[in-house]
Amino acid sequence: MKAVRPSGLALTCYLILLMLPLYWLIKMSLQSNEDILGTFSLLPVNPSFDNYITIFTDSSWYLGYVNSLTYVLMNVTIVLLVALPAAYAFSRYRFIGDKHMFFWLLSNRMAPPAVFLLPFFELYHAVGLFDTHIAVALAHCLFNVPLAVWILEGFMSSVPREVDEMAYIDGYSFPRFFVTVFLPLVRNGVGVTAFFCFMYSWIELLMARTLTLTDAKPISVTMTRTISAAGLDWGLLAAAGTLTLIPGALVIWFVRNYIAKGFALGRV
Amino acid sequence: MNKVQNNRAWFLILPVFVLVAFSAIIPLMAVVNYSVQDSFGGGVWIFVGTEWFESVLADERLHDALGRQLLFSGLVLAIQIPLGVMIALTLPTRGWLVPLCLIVLALPLLVPFNVVGTIWQLFARVDIGLLGHTLADLGIEFNYTDDPLHAWITVVLMDVWHWTPLVVLLCYSGLRAIPPAFYQAARIDGASRYATFRYIELPKLRGVLTIAVLLRFMDSFMIFTEPFVVTGGGPGNATNFLSIVLTNWAIERRDLGPAAAFSIIYFLIVLLICWMFYTAITRIGQADKR
Repeated sequence: MKAVRPSGLALTCYLILLMLPLYWLIKMSLQSNEDILGTFSLLPVNPSFDNYITIFTDSSWYLGYVNSLTYVLMNVTIVLLVALPAAYAFSRYRFIGDKHMFFWLLSNRMAPPAVFLLPFFELYHAVGLFDTHIAVALAHCLFNVPLAVWILEGFMSSVPREVDEMAYIDGYSFPRFFVTVFLPLVRNGVGVTAFFCFMYSWIELLMARTLTLTDAKPISVTMTRTISAAGLDWGLLAAAGTLTLIPGALVIWFVRNYIAKGFALGRV
Repeated sequence: MNKVQNNRAWFLILPVFVLVAFSAIIPLMAVVNYSVQDSFGGGVWIFVGTEWFESVLADERLHDALGRQLLFSGLVLAIQIPLGVMIALTLPTRGWLVPLCLIVLALPLLVPFNVVGTIWQLFARVDIGLLGHTLADLGIEFNYTDDPLHAWITVVLMDVWHWTPLVVLLCYSGLRAIPPAFYQAARIDGASRYATFRYIELPKLRGVLTIAVLLRFMDSFMIFTEPFVVTGGGPGNATNFLSIVLTNWAIERRDLGPAAAFSIIYFLIVLLICWMFYTAITRIGQADKR
């Protein structure tokens, strides 16, 4: 057994500090509003799952999670479908306007979402997509597609060209080569990209709030509207917040190995 | 890597182009339209040229907000990037601790923006929050709703809490991609820990650090929901960042002309600074190679 190194100690301290706000959230979610405001304690007083029961029995609450997950998964699917061929093109070919195109894509990632709120509202109203899941999924493409192309291009550039050439000599058509040979080689990249897209789409609030009203209302908006309607029920809010952590935790579980395997992104 | 010239590659780009153009160009045109027109209601629009741009550029409140925004992004980058690299260097490289650490690290990243705000409200309040209460016990009157400095500490701390893990994850992956042979060579040469970091690890981290710096800059410069939930831009205007001002103009006051002109200037500032970062990082990389 080795002695604890200072770096290990620092890491442990950091991780504990990281977890403290989350612990506090979970602690509050197990208490009633009166107990939260009444007494200060490190451990939950009269712990109960009442707040969670409220959320799981009230459709206006739990449908928020369903809506959020629906548009996030739609977004990740759309982004991967369009970004994979594009990233391949950027990593393998020179063509007219390639650099400009790449920069234009990235520039969309830099547009403050606040800029687009009102035009988005009008645009999606005009095309009849307002308050649908697909509207939010499409709107989130604005910042997720550029990021996905950027990350995937990094992964694809590290795959040697010879792989492509060998496949063509063997008589593979492009679609068949791409799906059966190339994709497995950039599996890590697809996992990491999916993680990033999921993350940014899941946590985004402004656009999702602007583009939805009732049918596709995400959970984060349900939370903000409850604040204004019924005063602050900290316990319920904390429980709803705690539940938003779960899908993310599952996604991390699936991609942990991709991150641990390492990627450098960018040619050395 | 030498690429092949092939204009048919455009067919592979086309889906991305159509998708992003739908979400970007049409709304951007609308913003440009608003920025050069004035409305007296009833759908009557008058072309006003650069009037809005001039008034926005001369607006004192915006200068203040821009200053605050630059300070915030600067602070956030100055803390998160070094801290993230350091944490990434201390992470274990094998064993059951790896997935555990990664999952714990990534948890804050997947908290929706407004929940982050809620968490920090709960955490920093003096009466019911762990942080506020503990500080009060230590004799520090921590009150982020009254004291501008405390509001700033809360907002910066919140962003560091939320986003440092992103830098850590990216750097960790970058470090894991360095072949062991590099470290062996360094050991044979008798390189110090610092020399190993400076001449082996740091250059190899360039790709991931570029992404980390740019993403962190973009997102911190466009931050809206977290300070909005926690401080609402207050106390006074202390944490009134650009996006909060903009949303206030566009949505609450419905001042479309100035808001649109402001949007375009805002966008250009982000673009300019990102370009500066990108060029700087690429230059450093080229200097290293010589």
